Amino acid sequence: MDALVRKRRRAFVEERDCVACGCCMKICPKTAISIWHGIAAKVDPETCVGCGKCARECPASVIEIREVTV
Amino acid sequence: MKKHWYDNLWVLSLTYLVLGFFNILFAWLGLLCFFIPLIISLAKGNKGYCNRYCGRGQLFGLLGGRFGLSRKRDIPAWMKSKAFRYGFLAFFLIMFCQMLWSTWLVFSGAQDLRQVVTLLWTFKLPWHWAYHGTVLHPGAAQFAFGFYSVMLTSTVLGFVTMVLFKPRSWCVYCPMGTMTQLICKAKQKKP
Ligand code: SF4
Ligand code: SF4
Ligand code: SF4
Repeated sequence: MDALVRKRRRAFVEERDCVACGCCMKICPKTAISIWHGIAAKVDPETCVGCGKCARECPASVIEIREVTV
Repeated sequence: MKKHWYDNLWVLSLTYLVLGFFNILFAWLGLLCFFIPLIISLAKGNKGYCNRYCGRGQLFGLLGGRFGLSRKRDIPAWMKSKAFRYGFLAFFLIMFCQMLWSTWLVFSGAQDLRQVVTLLWTFKLPWHWAYHGTVLHPGAAQFAFGFYSVMLTSTVLGFVTMVLFKPRSWCVYCPMGTMTQLICKAKQKKP
């Protein structure tokens, strides 16, 4: 029934706890992450494919992969 | 993931640690890992050092990742809390000042040179084999012993948390990382 609703997975960063180390940015195969002014990681939702590599890499474990509907 | 020249800077970090076993005076080079991140964050308002050039972070990433020396578990919540990170930074800075103070004591002649490397701010390891005299003041050697102690201690701590948690766990509470992030935050507040 919901054939028109496409589900996608995407990375979300809990910015409050991000230490801005950049490990996620380094590992992302899509270069979807940048470190915003040395404060926190920002994911480009258009580029992220939700592979989860960043979440596994993040030493603070502050990235979550969530399903989103587009 | 494109490879860059700076992805190999871990070699320098490793070399630094090894050199300290042969001649302690090389420890002075460690000041680079102190000033470069600060200068980058102050001048450019980003964590370019952590994000690109830091060899220590790369070394942990390599040993814990490629060499599999890490359990890859989540770091406990308290270790990534602001209280712990800022507290550790404060503690680190106090110990750093204490190290500068004992350097000053040797420079002023109030104290003799102690050829020891202090691990985890507690254990004094004899390190005389790496000291072959200096044309400089013994105070310069005292600083080298002190600075190397700081570098070795942070490596040991980082290694332990690398094994227990994720490879680059050290980056969560690394004083330089915390300090540069704070500088970036301050810069962002008043542009
Ligand atoms: S790896 Fe984690 S802590 Fe480091 S910048 Fe990315 S989200 Fe932040
Ligand atoms: S989930 Fe994959 S594509 Fe998305 S930001 Fe993380 S590493 Fe990049
Ligand atoms: S947090 Fe510390 S160890 Fe990690 S990349 Fe930054 S300076 Fe290097």
